[in-house]
Amino acid sequence: MTQPVEETVKERISFNASTLGKAAIGILGLLILYSYWNNPQVTTAVLASSLRQSTPLVLGALCGLIGERSGIINIGIEGQMLLGAFVAFLVNVYSGNLLLAIAAGLLTGVVMGLFLAWMSVGLKMDQIIGGTIINMAAFGLTSFFYQTGLTTKGKLPTIPLGPLADLPLIGPVLFNNPPITYLTLILVIVVQLALFRTVWGLRTRAVGEHPSAADTVGINVYLTRYVNVAIAGSLAGLAGAYLTLEAVGSFERGMTNGRGFVALAVMIFGKWTPLGSWGAALLFGFATALQTQFQFMGTINIPPQFIGMFPYLLTIVVLAGFVGRARPPAAIGQVYDPE
Amino acid sequence: MTTDENRHDPPNKLKAGWRRFWKAISVPAFSVLLALLIGAFILWITGSNPIEAYVALFKGAFGSPEAVARTLEKATPLVFGGLAVAFAFKGGLFNIGGQGQLLVGAIVAAYVGFAFEGLPFIIHMPLALLAGSLAGAAYAAIAGALKAYTGAHEVITTIMLNFVAINLTDYLANGPWKAEGIIARTPPVLETAAIPKIGVYPLGFAIAVLMAIVTDYLLFRTTMGYAVRTTGLNLHAAEYAGIKVAQIVVLTMAFSGFLAGMGGAIETLGVVGRYQPGFNAALGFEGITIALLAKTNPLGVIPAAILVGAMQAGGPAMQFQAGVRFQIIDIILALILFFVSADLIVRKILGSGVVDEDKVTFSSGWGQ
Repeated sequence: MTQPVEETVKERISFNASTLGKAAIGILGLLILYSYWNNPQVTTAVLASSLRQSTPLVLGALCGLIGERSGIINIGIEGQMLLGAFVAFLVNVYSGNLLLAIAAGLLTGVVMGLFLAWMSVGLKMDQIIGGTIINMAAFGLTSFFYQTGLTTKGKLPTIPLGPLADLPLIGPVLFNNPPITYLTLILVIVVQLALFRTVWGLRTRAVGEHPSAADTVGINVYLTRYVNVAIAGSLAGLAGAYLTLEAVGSFERGMTNGRGFVALAVMIFGKWTPLGSWGAALLFGFATALQTQFQFMGTINIPPQFIGMFPYLLTIVVLAGFVGRARPPAAIGQVYDPE
Repeated sequence: MTTDENRHDPPNKLKAGWRRFWKAISVPAFSVLLALLIGAFILWITGSNPIEAYVALFKGAFGSPEAVARTLEKATPLVFGGLAVAFAFKGGLFNIGGQGQLLVGAIVAAYVGFAFEGLPFIIHMPLALLAGSLAGAAYAAIAGALKAYTGAHEVITTIMLNFVAINLTDYLANGPWKAEGIIARTPPVLETAAIPKIGVYPLGFAIAVLMAIVTDYLLFRTTMGYAVRTTGLNLHAAEYAGIKVAQIVVLTMAFSGFLAGMGGAIETLGVVGRYQPGFNAALGFEGITIALLAKTNPLGVIPAAILVGAMQAGGPAMQFQAGVRFQIIDIILALILFFVSADLIVRKILGSGVVDEDKVTFSSGWGQ
């Protein structure tokens, strides 16, 4: 280890937007304007849907990266989301209070996060096993205790942000959303700043890159990991609450349907940065929204299954063609043992 | 452990053998027991009779030859799913794409099974089985090649390819390979392609056991297996040692997909008799569980798969006879995996000396 931690960390944060990437974003912007010129309703609908489709993925990815930046792999995002969704649903059914339900979803995520941290830090268990246990337990618990016929009392409404919502294109897409979608946009920026501009962020990254060095300068490695994985869990719980309270309005068995794993993919795609993950999730949400739009229009003579493949194939192509090799935090997955 | 084994007088040898057996069996057995106890507690507080439930579960899994056959039938694809994940783990790769590879293998085996007429059994059945396995291998090799040559992470690509496979098989079963009728499924496979049963017992399980032995041999007794394991332990060291890492990565994924594809093919040719959508969708993820329960040891996959298979086979009987929702099984399985892995807890309860010292780490494969 000849390189100081600080430098390695710095090297990893720089999210390299290449000229190619900037050009691609520029072309995409022009395309959106052109399509808005031709058909404002459809363009607005697709973009608004992209943003909402991406919400649980962004939250899941943030959950993953806050944990992984401190060195804890989390493949239990799926389970944390599912259990968060279930508890939020139950609390809403029995209390009728939406805020209380969201709080319950968050808290469930925190508890699951603490469980994961205890397994990987306290019991020194393999972190992939820990995540798998969370997924299995969440699937089992929600299926075992779920009763059909329960219905939620109300759904989170869309809140137009005054005159901002009346702006053309941007208004309906950005400023006319339900609360968790707004909150997610704020969280992306907050986590990005916190991770790269605060003491907490520096400590987190140090613990994830080089725990023994962090330990030497007086950072409590175990505590940092416990706190981070617990905070991260609350975001997965929020994603679950989004599914039951904002998107669907009810609970179904296994309703996360692989979103936790897609969020994992989004996190790696975004190279373990909040902004990068947000971009990756938007791309995925955009592809999903386009797919729905194609199916809805029904004018193109392609079997629906091929349209259904579109978001996934696009992700693979972009990943293989433009993003390339991703570098995770150096100490990820390793048990830290000072002796 | 060290001195006991080196002595040659018989009583001590017997004692050492017993100790080794106890060491291997105590933690898993104790974990199952503990998990069943907690499961019983959950059943009790939710108002069911745990003893009644467990008796029904056991009878449903092992109570008659038919029950045993059902257990083995359920365990067969689990063995393949577990082997696929375990093999990839040994090569430092995390194959979450078992589901996609299984689906592709299943539908290709079905196609060869119904479309190739006039072949004798001795050629047709192995051909269909091999076609399914190779389809799984080719499908997984896509993710392997993307990893090796563009650096795209296999966790992302295999997850994405799962969804692509779901759509692809759905298209084939709805379109070009669809049987007459309303239901989206392929025609039944011909009798010459069907994997027979020996009495009531499925032959597919014997193939699964054979493949577990083959995988074990390949990993620990061949040069290729050595290259795979070295690449899994340290990619850079493997490269310095002259191993062609890119090729090994593709090969590891391909063989992992071969196993998953074979699991799908056996499900089609030996159990369902045709391909129909919605079949065994969770298998890819169950493979992760099996591999972890077996601590990525190919031979350990067999008992792990039988355990999970028995629970799945006995679950409906438990629901029917004791009125307990069979989803309790997933909770019990999560607890078993927890206790098997959390050796610190078990060590505290059983006392030291009984716990296997070699810890498994899979997470090292994450960052490469």
